[in-house]
Amino acid sequence: MIQGIFHYEFLQNAFLTGILIGILAPLLGVFIVVRRLSLIADALSHVTLAGIAASLLLERNVAALAGLNPLYLGMVFSVGGSLFIEKLRGVYKHYQELAIPIILSSGIGLGVIFISLANGFNTDLFSYLFGSVSAVSRTDLLVIFIISILVITVIILLYKELFLLSFDEEHAKASGIAAKSIHFIFIVMVALVIAASMRIVGILLVSSLMTLPVAASIRLAKGFKQTIFLSVLFGEISVLGGLFTAYYLDLAPGGTIVMLAVLILVIAIFYKKLIIKKHVLSEVESSER
Amino acid sequence: MQSIIEIKHLFYRYEKDTVLENINLSIPDGSFLAIVGPNGSGKSTLLKLILGLLKPQKGEIFLFGQEISKFKAWQQIGYVSQKANSFNTGFPATVFEVVASGLTKKLGMFKFFKKEHSRIVLDALDAVGMKNFHNRNIGELSGGQQQRVFIARALVSEPKLLILDEPTVGVDAENVNAFYQMLNDLNKNRGITLLLVTHDIGTISDKVTHVACLNKNMHFHGETSEFEQLKKEDMSKVYGHDVHLIAHNHDHGGVLK
Repeated sequence: MIQGIFHYEFLQNAFLTGILIGILAPLLGVFIVVRRLSLIADALSHVTLAGIAASLLLERNVAALAGLNPLYLGMVFSVGGSLFIEKLRGVYKHYQELAIPIILSSGIGLGVIFISLANGFNTDLFSYLFGSVSAVSRTDLLVIFIISILVITVIILLYKELFLLSFDEEHAKASGIAAKSIHFIFIVMVALVIAASMRIVGILLVSSLMTLPVAASIRLAKGFKQTIFLSVLFGEISVLGGLFTAYYLDLAPGGTIVMLAVLILVIAIFYKKLIIKKHVLSEVESSER
Repeated sequence: MQSIIEIKHLFYRYEKDTVLENINLSIPDGSFLAIVGPNGSGKSTLLKLILGLLKPQKGEIFLFGQEISKFKAWQQIGYVSQKANSFNTGFPATVFEVVASGLTKKLGMFKFFKKEHSRIVLDALDAVGMKNFHNRNIGELSGGQQQRVFIARALVSEPKLLILDEPTVGVDAENVNAFYQMLNDLNKNRGITLLLVTHDIGTISDKVTHVACLNKNMHFHGETSEFEQLKKEDMSKVYGHDVHLIAHNHDHGGVLK
């Protein structure tokens, strides 16, 4: 059954990329969710779309750029968008969430213009919107591998600081942590991971991989480290399970992965309710005795 | 006795409004001082000045005998802010993890948490009577328990002075006495000088050794026993209306309500 995966290079690429994304997206997602910035991922993925569209446009019109991998320009746009969000959050101090719709709509607007200039939708663009297993190349895998090493190293090195910043930003600043620089590094990493994830789940679904596994994990975990561990575990189950299911049932992988993540979330919510009910019941019992 | 904090002729104003006028304050080593005053009396401004977040416009502040602009040893001062109570209660962190985060600055960048640090964290939790809760999620605790955890977080950097801004706000009325007992133990057993700021004179207990009443000026500054003899009129000067001081029956009537 698994033979196919080892047989075809494109499937190997897709699965290896999937394993990496399954770690990265929920890992960063934990910090995003607890800081209540869940929508940032959405905003950045739409900016990435503008980058992809721009790249496809260039590819078509500039002969020298014919072989350009859209991933690169997607990343440039995503990182640029993250910097704008930071800037806007500073401008609207009391309405920080405003930065997100501003960047999100700018991203779509720009993306639509580029798409129309590039003569509308084609299969290439479609694969970026919804993810496409067959589109993952060796180069993509290599780029994502480098991003993975970078992101995991940074998270390990800055774990203490990121935790404190997420839990209590004011205290972090008061105790002299370089809050601005650390937040800057973090948001750039988010931008990179979003651009890297779109091959697998697609631009429209990237944010779900950063939030759904975390949402499930928060219901069950004790402590922050366990939250991270469970998020990554749920992310991996969704990605690998989704890819398998999609391959054998011939479904769209992005959608399958996300629906699997939703399923895990629903199970987590019901499981938690069951535990609470049991707990209450046993307490009532013991008090009746 | 050496003074941990010495304030001389301190003035501070925002735009037109003078908030602090000719403040003189001396906090002896090992004391437990409560600064009381109504809302808007300049308490928070005074704290910000002591913490170096604002610069004095006139007058001087000395911390551990050193002029504040030259003072570097900030890790000797622990601060538990009023806002500590308004954190995201759904945050998925254990009590242990929250307290350990107090070591972030002390450890420094790129340094990792080690076994010996666990001991420091558990010891701090023990000091505030929360050791048994170290593995619980912070959101599961009551307001008073959370406040104790935040005090433990300040304790891990081993401060000599601990500043608490309205610490009893989230504490249930029946637990306030136990809370003060815990502060008293920190003060007596660990020799930590305590500075507590509150708008509620009802929360000052007999555990406090010194009291200062603030409303733009310093109206009273002395030992708690003298404060108990203060007349109603003196308190209405600070609060601008009649204040009822009710002595508790137990001990020597130290609690003011």
